[in-house]
Amino acid sequence: MLFQFSEEERLIQKTVRDFARRELAAVADISNRDGVFRDDIIKGLSALGLMGITIPEEYGGVNFGTFSLAVALEEISRICPSTAVAVSVHNSLANHIVLKYGSEELKAKYLPRMASGEAIGVYALTEPDAGSDVSAIRMSAVRKGHEYVLNGAKIFISTGDKAGVVIVIARTDPGSRTRGLTAFLVEPGFPGFSVGKVEHKMGLKASTTVELVFEDCRVPSANVLGEEGMGMQIALGSLDGGRIGIASQALGIAQTALDEAVLFGRERTQFGKRLVDFQMTQAKIADMATNVDAARLLVYRAARMRDAGENCSKEASMAKLFASRIANAAVYDSMQIHGGVGYTEEFRIERFFRDARVTEIYEGTSEIQRIVIARKVLEEYEQMYPV
Amino acid sequence: MKIIVLLKRVPDTEAKILINQEGTGIREDGVKFVINPHDEYGIEEGLKLREKLADGSKVTVVCAGPEEATEAIRTALAMGADDAVHVCDPKLADPNPFTVSEVLAKAIQAEGFDVIFCGKQAIDDDLAQVQSILAEKLDIPQVNNATAFEMAADCRSAKLSRRIEGGDEKIETSMPAIISCDKGLNEPRYASLPGIMKAKKKEIRKKSLADLGIAEVPGTGRSRVLKWLPLPKGGECRIVAAEETVDAVRELARLLREEAKVI
Repeated sequence: MLFQFSEEERLIQKTVRDFARRELAAVADISNRDGVFRDDIIKGLSALGLMGITIPEEYGGVNFGTFSLAVALEEISRICPSTAVAVSVHNSLANHIVLKYGSEELKAKYLPRMASGEAIGVYALTEPDAGSDVSAIRMSAVRKGHEYVLNGAKIFISTGDKAGVVIVIARTDPGSRTRGLTAFLVEPGFPGFSVGKVEHKMGLKASTTVELVFEDCRVPSANVLGEEGMGMQIALGSLDGGRIGIASQALGIAQTALDEAVLFGRERTQFGKRLVDFQMTQAKIADMATNVDAARLLVYRAARMRDAGENCSKEASMAKLFASRIANAAVYDSMQIHGGVGYTEEFRIERFFRDARVTEIYEGTSEIQRIVIARKVLEEYEQMYPV
Repeated sequence: MKIIVLLKRVPDTEAKILINQEGTGIREDGVKFVINPHDEYGIEEGLKLREKLADGSKVTVVCAGPEEATEAIRTALAMGADDAVHVCDPKLADPNPFTVSEVLAKAIQAEGFDVIFCGKQAIDDDLAQVQSILAEKLDIPQVNNATAFEMAADCRSAKLSRRIEGGDEKIETSMPAIISCDKGLNEPRYASLPGIMKAKKKEIRKKSLADLGIAEVPGTGRSRVLKWLPLPKGGECRIVAAEETVDAVRELARLLREEAKVI
């Protein structure tokens, strides 16, 4: 069951793979070169039902799980990792948080629009002094009557300028680091909300990354997710899904690095032999293929556990840590096999080389993943062999 | 209106086909199977017709194939077909077009039909016979390789185009008829996730030959495949090079005469 696909999961994989190879592949090179976010691609994915993949039917979704989402994200990332960012954040973070913590009114109001892809969900946590350290969030939210007034800025927000729904974590109590945070659902149309600086990134150029500015931004108190003071819990509780999402993205990147290495190495001849006939090339291919498979198994395990409702923090972190690391190793080796041409925009590996880097940084750095994993492992040993 | 679409499960167009050791078929291990791509045009045309009529018409998939064909059938249901009949019988292990047509004819007659869509040929054996034998057995007209289809308002006839060498042929046919579909007729839709979810609950009616009232496998002995052989390997390629082209040509002519003995 862990690694076996159900019939539906195979069909989902085929649908997303076909879409990615036809529609996405037709535009990915150019939209990434020119730094263009393609609304029509998100529309196409929405028409397939992908933007509500984990939302229950009663809210207009299709009620498949984390595993199906992971499989879909891998297929998208094999062609365009930029596109996977929007899809992952929307599904693993925004949809998840509204579904899990939203009141019945909020769910009824927003989830159908999010499931249909009409409202793209984004997640605004990071600030200049807060990222991995969630408790350092400073953006303020002050209650005034039936509203909260938000002031401050969020940075590095993926797809922030395309959002229909923004999940914001802000500080409602300066006195408590951990209990003083609250999650809000903000619409870009609320007064006082604006998009600030646009980042120019090394990779993922077809995905936008922006600053979101809140100046006396008024949010109805009905738009609090969970309760006041639950922000930290909500932020930490959403990490697993986000990490499995980015692990799937890294996995897709690694798979493409391997594909491109083999396809190129079969065509290219040096010293009268194909590159793939050299043992040193074969060693790289063997390592890449083994790593890709191992990463895929880690991703599948974490996703299955999450779907089964089990605690999967350690497994999600392992999948994220390993997949992002081997993705970077794979694009490195694949470019090495390509040689000089791989360093040019003519070949896809150049784009994937740049796209891979951030998978070790966002959605929890590799260092944070190791902290999570080590803490869990030490806990387990504590239970097995108490001191 | 009862719209029938025929479906065959075939190896993926990207699959590398290898003949098995006994020469009785292909090696299926590691080969992915899909809906015959031409049949996808048939499914899409059936769905489009149903949507256009919007009168409660139903699209029923009919497939004769092994147990594993369920996945291809489920894909068609996920694209939007309403239900399916799957004729699956160990006696159909090695079918020829006559056998398949007889079986399909019985299954279609049991279902009832107003129009039948199928692909112009299956991409595995490329025989393109079933639609014609089926038309004969059901005693209905056939239009093959359709690239346009327009049902008349009264649903008693349809206008079609076929792309032929150097032009289009416009055809009118009475209904019911069997239409084999060609590339260009439409753009088959993806199986959407909501479609995949709904397909889970749609009915696939499994039928054996006995269920269709067929006692003996029809058509055996009419034609059968004796043996499957791999393509002969391409010969060695030798490049004749020389400083001066004229010397290379002279050497080539000598090789063709003395070694290859073809001139």
